[in-house]
Amino acid sequence: MVLGVSFASRGLYGGVEWIATIGNYSRLADPLVGVIFLRSLIFASMTTIVCAIVGFPLAYMVARASPRWQLIWLTLVMIPFWTNFLVRTYAWTVILRVDGLVNTFLQSIGMQEEPISLLFTDFAVAIGLMYGYLPFMVLPLIVAIERISPQLEEAAYDLYASMGATFRHVVVPLSKPGFIAGGILVFIPSLGAFITPYLLGGGQKMMIGTLIQQEFLVSRDWPFGSALSLGLMGTVLILWVLLSRSSFGKQVQ
Amino acid sequence: MTICLFLLFLGLGSLLGGCSDSSSSSQQEQADRATLYYFTWSDYVDQKIMAAFEASRGVRVVVDTFSSNEELLAKVQTGMIGYDVVVPSDFMAGIMGRLGLLAKLDLAKIPNVQDLEQHLAHLPFDPTQQFAIPYLWGTVGIGYNADVVSEVPTSWAILWDPRYSGRISMLNDQREVFGLALRALGHSLNSRNPEIIQQAKDRLILQKPLVKAYTSEQFDQLLVSGEVVLAHAWGGPVARAMREDPSIRYAIPQEGGTIWTDCLTVLASSQNKLLAMDFINYLISEQVALQTSRRLLFASANRHVRNQLPPEIRNNIAVYPPDEILSRMEWMEDVQEAIRVYDRAWTELKVH
Repeated sequence: MVLGVSFASRGLYGGVEWIATIGNYSRLADPLVGVIFLRSLIFASMTTIVCAIVGFPLAYMVARASPRWQLIWLTLVMIPFWTNFLVRTYAWTVILRVDGLVNTFLQSIGMQEEPISLLFTDFAVAIGLMYGYLPFMVLPLIVAIERISPQLEEAAYDLYASMGATFRHVVVPLSKPGFIAGGILVFIPSLGAFITPYLLGGGQKMMIGTLIQQEFLVSRDWPFGSALSLGLMGTVLILWVLLSRSSFGKQVQ
Repeated sequence: MTICLFLLFLGLGSLLGGCSDSSSSSQQEQADRATLYYFTWSDYVDQKIMAAFEASRGVRVVVDTFSSNEELLAKVQTGMIGYDVVVPSDFMAGIMGRLGLLAKLDLAKIPNVQDLEQHLAHLPFDPTQQFAIPYLWGTVGIGYNADVVSEVPTSWAILWDPRYSGRISMLNDQREVFGLALRALGHSLNSRNPEIIQQAKDRLILQKPLVKAYTSEQFDQLLVSGEVVLAHAWGGPVARAMREDPSIRYAIPQEGGTIWTDCLTVLASSQNKLLAMDFINYLISEQVALQTSRRLLFASANRHVRNQLPPEIRNNIAVYPPDEILSRMEWMEDVQEAIRVYDRAWTELKVH
């Protein structure tokens, strides 16, 4: 459906006129689209990396907890999903704004005289994306870490490996399937995110998701929007193939 | 444990997927009572008004909401749900009329249309209310915090004033933002001339470093929280923000700006056109319209409502703009193919 529309022409009032064209794809080569795309890639990569760094200790703790605590921790990880994503993102605007929680706190402990502007910055977008997609990283990691026998860690300690060395050489490499699954689950949605950049970024910097949304809803140019979506999917696919062919992917197999 | 996780994952998936359709269970057809499907802006819904109509006519009203004109057009074009009454804004009513989506109205069934405000009775896209009845109306102007901004904004140029750097918000609406820049340059906000649109874009790129956010939904809260002190804004939300913070004011610059009206229309595909017109007549009747305007702080298209509103509402220029400024306001029109020029310029602005 999307593929068909992407080769059609735009109707004057939205909708689609079935006149075949590849014009929508040549518009993808526009440097403007390139800049937006690159920016989204950077944000998505950053989100994935930060989620992995923050998510790993959390996942390790949950995976090694007693079954009872495991359930409690897992429930705590899942609870935010009972609320709509939009509402959760919106809540961050309340935390980050000038009279919000962060500034009130910093001022009350005397660290900050003047309120600092956190809302509508790249930092706010990064926080929002990380917060939103962290569980997608944590859950596959828990599964991966659970599969690693604790005896392997004990063996490492018996061989006088320090805690850091055990993690570096044993736990982290063996958690790779979790990192890959989590990475994909975080990277793909944060690449196409448009609510977070709008609510927390103040609509300042356009992301590829914002552009696709604009083409569909504001400009009523469904064919170009479809071409953009397919271009995005194509890029993700190419990245995936490159990743799985690299040494990183081979190690996992 | 792995199975437990898998179940949690499934639960997560269904939670994420299940947030979109929640209204279907309430739409169970009751064969004995006629049902009217009303599709309107999310903040326009008033359960009391709906309940009173249901009780007096012995019918059921099913309400569904949208948040942009484009969303409305897309949903009506797919024709999946048979709405009866929908509420497009002026330019969108024009587009839907031209596309043949709207039914011709029988004004004998809508007698309250004679109470229409004079200046709304002959709109360019439908001068004789063939298919659209103005319902609520208002303007686009500047909401500001009078404690910080000491002078009354008389020109759009104040939004380029470096003294307010980082404390300005703009609507996240490409036509409104370009419309403002075009008026500031002395052009029509419906200009289709690519060179003039480029000039407006250059002005807006100059302005961008001063702009805190482009937002159409949050500017009223940002004004109240002090995050911004000047906001490119719709009048109604600014009027509501004034209730929370009396230092918030509203001004319409001398260059003029957008005037808008949301219209009540009946879809050509409606199965219940008589009931639909009766419903429209009810919504624009004096008492119901008065109730609506009091709650939403949007001006009513019924000319008798104004005098019955308390003075602090009827004299608030965020609700009722002064008469002398009306002549300087301009209706937004569909710019047809030039929308692509706007689209490209908007994307360039957002990349900078």
